[in-house]
Amino acid sequence: MKETPNLKYLDDLAEGDEVFRQKFIAILKVEFPMEREEYQQSISGKLYREASEHVHKIKHKLNVLGLHNAYTLAVQYENQLRKGDNLLEKEFLSVMDKVEAYLKTI
Amino acid sequence: MNCIIVDDETAARAIVAHLCTKVPDLDVIEEFDNAIAAIKFLNQHDVDVIFLDIHMPGFSGIDFIQTLKHPPKIVMTTTDTEFAIASYEYESIVDYLVKPITWERFEKSIQKIRNSHSVQPQSSDTMDSENRLGEDLYINIDRRLIKIKYDDILLIEAKGDYINIKTETKDYLVHTTLKKIHEKLPQDKFLQIHRSFVINFNKIIDIEDNSVLIEKSVVPISRSNRPELMRRLNLL
Repeated sequence: MKETPNLKYLDDLAEGDEVFRQKFIAILKVEFPMEREEYQQSISGKLYREASEHVHKIKHKLNVLGLHNAYTLAVQYENQLRKGDNLLEKEFLSVMDKVEAYLKTI
Repeated sequence: MNCIIVDDETAARAIVAHLCTKVPDLDVIEEFDNAIAAIKFLNQHDVDVIFLDIHMPGFSGIDFIQTLKHPPKIVMTTTDTEFAIASYEYESIVDYLVKPITWERFEKSIQKIRNSHSVQPQSSDTMDSENRLGEDLYINIDRRLIKIKYDDILLIEAKGDYINIKTETKDYLVHTTLKKIHEKLPQDKFLQIHRSFVINFNKIIDIEDNSVLIEKSVVPISRSNRPELMRRLNLL
C-alpha cells in the first residue's frame, strides 16, 4: 500500500481560503483521535458492530487525506466487522498509525 | 435559500458548510450532529434544503426523512453509494453526494435543487376522517354489540386470531385482526408502533428508546414504526 496522506483534496476545496484550511486541519486533529479512541474501545470490548460505525466515520477521513487504497481497505473492514469478523484489524491499525503520525506534522 | 446540515461527523459538516459559502444565495442556518435535534429544529423553523448524511448511528438519514410530514428538498450525503439507490425512493430527495464532496459536484447539486419542484404537502386531513367516524367503536362479543369510546382505549394487542382491546376499566378479546381494527380507528389518535400493537397516542405517558409506557403497560416500538411515532411527537 504505497500511498501517503496529503492535503490535495483540502487545498482544492479551500481554493486559497487559509482560514478554512486551518480550521479543517484543526477539526481533523481533534476528531480523528477521538474516533480512533472510540474505535479501540469497541474493539477491546469485541463490540464489532459498534466498531464498524467508527470505521465508517474514519474511512471518510482517509479519502479526504488522499488514502484511497486505505479507504478501500476500510470499506472491507467495516463490512467484516458488521459480520462479526476482525480479520483486517492489524492492517487498519497500521493505517490509523499512519494518519495519526501525519496529522502531527501538519 | 436557507439550509441545514445534518451529519454526525464534524469534518463532513465543515466541508458542506464551506461549499455552501461558495453559493451566494445559500445560507446555512444551523448544523446538527444528530437527527433528533434536527427534527426538533424543523418543527419550529422553515427550511428550504437539508444536506443529510444517510449513515448516522441510531437514527439514519432514511429514518429521518420518514419522520418529516412536509419534507423540504433534501440532498443526501454518503460515503456508500449503495445507500444512494435507496434514497431515490423518496420524492423529497433531489440529489445525493458521495463524500468527499468536490465543488464541481456540489455545484451540480445546487443546480438540481434550483430546478426541482417543491414537494407539495399531503392533502389528506385525518381530522375529516375522525369526524366521519364519530367517537365510538362497536365490537361484537358473544352476539352483543358493545360500545367503546375511542378515548377509553389505551392500546390494542394482536393475539393470534384475536385482538385484545385494553381500556382503562376492562379488556375485550375480539375475533378480528389488528389491521382491520386499526383501519376503523381515527388515524390521528391511534398509531401502530409494532406489528402486534396499536396504541392510543393520547395515552402515552413516556417514551424510552424502544418502548412506550401507556398506563402500566410497556409497549415495544419496532424500528420500522419508530419514524412515524417520532414525527407525531410535539418535541420541545
